Amino acid sequence: MSDFFPRLRNSRTAVWAATALVAAVLVLLPFVFGQMGNAWVRALAFALLYIMLALGLNIVVGFAGLLDLGYIAFYAVGAYMYALLASPHLTANFPWIAQTFPDGLHNSIWLVIPLGAGLAAAFGILLGAPVLKLRGDYLAIVTLGFGEIIRIFLNNLNAPLNITNGPQGITLIDPISFGAFSLAKTQSILGIELPSVHLYYYFFLILAIVTIVICIRLQDSRLGRAWMAIREDELAAKAMGINVRNVKLLAFSLGATFGGVAGAMFSAFQGFVSPESFTLNESIIVLAMIVLGGLGHIPGVVLGAILLAIFPELLRHTVGPVQNFLFGHVIVEAEVLRMMLYGLAMVLIMLYRPKGLWPAPEHGINPSNRRVAGKAQAG
Amino acid sequence: MADVILRVAGVNKRFGGLQALSDVGLEIERGQIYGLIGPNGAGKTTFFNVITGLYAPDSGTFELAGKPYSPTYVHKVAEAGIARTFQNIRLFPDMTALENVMVGRHVRTRATALGAILKTRATIREEQGIKKRSLELLEYVGIRKYADYQARTLAYGDQRRLEIARALATEPKLLALDEPAAGMNATEKMALRGLLENVSHDGITILLIEHDVKLVMGLCDRVTVLDYGKMIAVGTPGDVQRNAAVIEAYLGGAHTNVAAKGEPA
Repeated sequence: MSDFFPRLRNSRTAVWAATALVAAVLVLLPFVFGQMGNAWVRALAFALLYIMLALGLNIVVGFAGLLDLGYIAFYAVGAYMYALLASPHLTANFPWIAQTFPDGLHNSIWLVIPLGAGLAAAFGILLGAPVLKLRGDYLAIVTLGFGEIIRIFLNNLNAPLNITNGPQGITLIDPISFGAFSLAKTQSILGIELPSVHLYYYFFLILAIVTIVICIRLQDSRLGRAWMAIREDELAAKAMGINVRNVKLLAFSLGATFGGVAGAMFSAFQGFVSPESFTLNESIIVLAMIVLGGLGHIPGVVLGAILLAIFPELLRHTVGPVQNFLFGHVIVEAEVLRMMLYGLAMVLIMLYRPKGLWPAPEHGINPSNRRVAGKAQAG
Repeated sequence: MADVILRVAGVNKRFGGLQALSDVGLEIERGQIYGLIGPNGAGKTTFFNVITGLYAPDSGTFELAGKPYSPTYVHKVAEAGIARTFQNIRLFPDMTALENVMVGRHVRTRATALGAILKTRATIREEQGIKKRSLELLEYVGIRKYADYQARTLAYGDQRRLEIARALATEPKLLALDEPAAGMNATEKMALRGLLENVSHDGITILLIEHDVKLVMGLCDRVTVLDYGKMIAVGTPGDVQRNAAVIEAYLGGAHTNVAAKGEPA
């Protein structure tokens, strides 16, 4: 399943050549897109964050088959955790914290990443534990509620103690820095001037690659098979001695981990978080990415995340000019058109590629057996 | 006293107003092929589901290889050493045949999520072991050539074989089969019988629930007959076949004399 280039599989050199080519493209990509403005590089960096989110959700929905509509809550948990630990908000509101940390709260990325992962994992278990026995629609509704509860909490935890600053959100969040090397400033590496967005792009690229590697390894492991077994037939999985409760909790918590880390990165990248970024709509977009790409198939999920993350940016830059050129003025706003096209794309996908754009490959015996096999499944 | 693998006694199970099982029990000795038969609705599958942890019994004692076990969680029963198949085949349809069997190794392996992420040497070695053993099992049941095909694309008889291979992967002390011959034609039944004889010959104890009396009579060392949730006969196939209560249960009272001469089928 992890073969990206099955036809080249047999040749080691070909694999290395392909890998080198992909690596070169990924490294040069921000420079190419940068020609059209830094907004494009920023969109690329966001696409990488969405890859992390989509792969995390894919563990829960794609591998374990647990429909989760509140996934963005883990993103929120990671984002707010970083925001609180690396902004003047807490020291400004709680004198005792200001006394304990006279220089303000600034935390190293090496602390924040594990902490974000751990906290999100804990929230994953918090969500997972009560929904263990739920399936399908019921599970979806409860997880949807969970996502909204987190958002509403963030929106209202500004009184009596001002923890999250409510709807105004938290500002002045520290950018990511490795010691003195800050990603917020233009840095010169090997004589090449790299603006801040480029630096974030490269950093997120590394995180996204780590995420992909982890997901591939999990998929091909004992645990990955247990998840898929639960997705395919929970009772049969139990009869094989799989402790369904533990394995489901692991899916929720490991899935949440990626959301938490991505959230912390989001918060540092933006320098600002507010509950508005974590609405149900965001959960649905991440879900749409994995369904569009190919549920449970890692390359497909990555493709889906890239397409849906870049697509709005593309529209923003083309819809206005094209209409101006054709009609002399703008008739439909990019934002409106985006939702219409999303809807249309989803309908077309469901009609013509119900398993997504790049689904897991089929491994069937000759078609003459299908009828019998189908009957056996129905029985 | 012979070596008893499974000892179950005094099982009662009530569904609302229906006493599905009353005081049912059995003793299976190591190496036996034990048959559990009875007409439709006799409670065979209910009993089967009780001993494999799917239904909670109202009462009963359970002992596997001399150790009491409590059939409260399905996965713990598999861990204790009873592997089962299902009347209406329950494979993992979109996973390959090989992956299906590899899932069966789950309960006898211990790689953790962290081990998988870091790809530690122990995990790699264990993974190789799982794959090797699973391929051997596919070979054993005769469908090695379909290892990389998705389970749902296999022919019916091969799906049955795959389910048995998957159950064997859990290294069971007792292999419990719920109507494995259901829906099979005569040739497939013969092949299945050969497979079960091999499994038994290789030292695995088998509990067989079956509708096909001919298969049971030819294959089993010992048989229990259920009717309306009660045990009406226990003994060798030959004894049971001549038992008046059994004939009555299968054919109704009026046929007792006629049927006693032939096979109750």
